[in-house]
Amino acid sequence: MTDLSSFREETRDWLQANCPESMRTPIRGFEDIYNGGRKPEISHPDQVVWCERMASRGWTVPEWPVAYGGAGLSKAEVKVLREEMALIGARSPLDSFGISMLGPALLHFGNESQKLEHLPPIARGEIRWCQGYSEPNAGSDLASLATKAEDKGDHYLINGQKIWTSYADKADWIFCLVRTDNSGSKHEGISFVLFDMASPGVTVKPIKLISGSSPFCETFFDNATALKKNVVGEVGKGWTIAKYLLTHEREMISAFGTSTSKKTIGQRAAQVLGTDASGRLRAGTLRSVIAQYQLDTQAFTATMERVKDEAKAGQGLGPASSIFKYYGTELNKRRNELVLSVEGEQALGWDGDEYRGGEMARAWLRSKGNSIEGGTSEVQLNIVAKRVLGLPDA
Amino acid sequence: MTLVLNEEEIMLRDSAAGFLAESANVSAFRAHRDNPTASGFDRALWESIAEMGWCGIAIDEQYGGLSYGFTGLGLVLEQMGKHLSVSPFNSTVLMAGSLLEQCGTEAQKQEWLPKIASGEVVMTLAIQEGTFFDLDQLSQSVTTAPDGFTVQVEKRQVLDAIAADAFLVVGRDSDGFQGFIMSAADVSVQAQSMVDARSSGTVVVNTTCGKDAQLNPAAMNGKGLTRALDQIHIGLAAELLGLSTEAFERTVAYLRERKQFGKVIGSFQGLQHRAADLFAELELCRSIVLQALRAVDSGDELGGLASAAKAKVAQISQRATNEGIQMHGGIGMTDEYDIGFFIKRARVLEHTLGDFHYHLDRFAVKGGY
Ligand SMILES: Cc1cc2nc3c(=O)[nH]c(=O)nc-3n(C[C@H](O)[C@H](O)[C@H](O)COP(=O)(O)OP(=O)(O)OC[C@H]3O[C@@H](n4cnc5c(N)ncnc54)[C@H](O)[C@@H]3O)c2cc1C
Repeated sequence: MTDLSSFREETRDWLQANCPESMRTPIRGFEDIYNGGRKPEISHPDQVVWCERMASRGWTVPEWPVAYGGAGLSKAEVKVLREEMALIGARSPLDSFGISMLGPALLHFGNESQKLEHLPPIARGEIRWCQGYSEPNAGSDLASLATKAEDKGDHYLINGQKIWTSYADKADWIFCLVRTDNSGSKHEGISFVLFDMASPGVTVKPIKLISGSSPFCETFFDNATALKKNVVGEVGKGWTIAKYLLTHEREMISAFGTSTSKKTIGQRAAQVLGTDASGRLRAGTLRSVIAQYQLDTQAFTATMERVKDEAKAGQGLGPASSIFKYYGTELNKRRNELVLSVEGEQALGWDGDEYRGGEMARAWLRSKGNSIEGGTSEVQLNIVAKRVLGLPDA
Repeated sequence: MTLVLNEEEIMLRDSAAGFLAESANVSAFRAHRDNPTASGFDRALWESIAEMGWCGIAIDEQYGGLSYGFTGLGLVLEQMGKHLSVSPFNSTVLMAGSLLEQCGTEAQKQEWLPKIASGEVVMTLAIQEGTFFDLDQLSQSVTTAPDGFTVQVEKRQVLDAIAADAFLVVGRDSDGFQGFIMSAADVSVQAQSMVDARSSGTVVVNTTCGKDAQLNPAAMNGKGLTRALDQIHIGLAAELLGLSTEAFERTVAYLRERKQFGKVIGSFQGLQHRAADLFAELELCRSIVLQALRAVDSGDELGGLASAAKAKVAQISQRATNEGIQMHGGIGMTDEYDIGFFIKRARVLEHTLGDFHYHLDRFAVKGGY
């Protein structure tokens, strides 16, 4: 315990001395999130400084082993670090698919040289990754993917197309599902490969979203190459890795369901729309919808906590965890709809300072994708029905 | 506060489940429904429950209890909900026990809590007036008399009123809330016949009480009464959670076995998604009930948490029991099949001391809107 409190003290001092003032302000949107990479998007120069300083301590990925760019911290120490960062309002120094998705998969399935080659640049924010899973004809039915990889001795020759590849235009490398064998069932013959997006034969074309931005792309492979040493796990057995990575992706997306803002939507509504003498929101029907949303958010947050506590107590990851992606994203959509109900016209503005660049409308539209990306809500319900409730296939 | 059961709690839960599955199960409920005893419950069962110490789980050791905490009580209540067990546990232990603990004078606690803990007494709470429970709408039924108080009121939905040896009657006078301990001789009771076939009654009070019968007025008007009611709401939510989970599990079992169109009906996606969604909601219910139980034990300010737990479970208990009947088809509508017992009990439990709407409103008020 004393160890932990001295760790807390040191951490506090170091953060105090090293976190730039500008990095102690709330982030204002997706543009403010630092993703690193060879050609990083920077909204403030301190982002780079902050990321470098944190990376030098291994604190961009504090729980990863030191050899791979982390700090080898225990769960308890990581918690202390997060708490101390929250205390001064420090921003996360680096967020990326490398950290949240590829990293966990490589730590679990990668060989030693793959870990040494790829993990430290993720930790330092030097290489940004994108996810090449979906194809025009393989969405929910991901295992029917057809992008072809031909064995050429020391490398594979890759031909085919991916779609909805988030940040393919900004990313340096891709973790990609390809078909190395066509002879077995659709779940067999899939391999998990890594290659450089700057390789010849890779082209990307941004797709514009309903929210106006273009975070994802069509990605084409025309005789692109991937070195054999960059196949993760066994050739043809990539489906297991793909699924493992998806659980990490879903975990990340579910967190949208827990709200971080200080004021609840109910309190905001009271401020904007007014209350009666008893303190009740005047808009009675809206009040009831808000209350049900708040109720579900509280119960959902308690469920995330319960599952964490059960795992910590050695009871394993219970079936409740299978609902997170589904429930968290549906909640986030409900919240965004309520923002429209509470803010009215103000939330429908698209451009200009008056509407802060259409922030609310764009966030509302973007939230619609939460229940699609990483496996749709319907697919999540299928999984619960089959794996948890033991109901048979149709 | 961790939201995970420790080993001791798991043992308590499992032993409660084991005993009730054997001795106070759904067939026992059916037998009771078809041939109710005069008292409204089975005395031998009540004695066994008391012998196992469940009545004293949440009561302090100095008053003859086990000092085990409220979470333990919640775990037992959940199992009682699951098995539709019939006993005066809610009236005596959850309701009277909580109110006495929070608002009894020292002398009253010393006199009554040991009797509750040992199962010697059946005691109940008389609070609701009219067709809905609403604490803010209680009438002014208490006036000062020369050597005490006069209480004139009609209370409804008083659980186990027929068999109760003593009543905790909560009313108002011009200054605020008042509570009194009355004996069966002080009141007149008329049985109510409710859909869940549990014993409850209307209690007419027209009597004078001495000062020694008065609950501590400071506690009644400070945090005590609210805290006691919050504990009761949470306990009822725990029972409703057990009931809803059981109705759901029976329904899923039926989905796995009933065949139509040459397949088990559980293979139809229309049913699968409704079941999976309900599973998610029940997991949420489980979490918020545990959070509320733990908050009682940690002594935290409860705020809107008790109403959150009751509202959330009430809402989902409606879905679980409605879907329970729908997904069973015709057989779900028959008296011979047990699923109907769950919907009846669920609604009465929901309406006991505030339904979904009452608690959702209170949750919102506590949330500042
Ligand atoms: C914002 C965003 C970012 C994304 N980023 C990436 C990325 O970086 N990399 C990547 O590889 N992919 C990415 N995706 C793609 C995403 O994984 C797919 O869109 C998703 O898996 C659904 O596939 P689909 O679009 O082909 O829809 P479809 O599978 O065609 O689904 C259409 C509808 O049919 C339903 N449906 C399909 N199958 C079933 C079934 N068996 N039962 C019931 N209903 C069913 C779906 O739920 C949906 O409602 C992203 C998507 C979005 C929206």
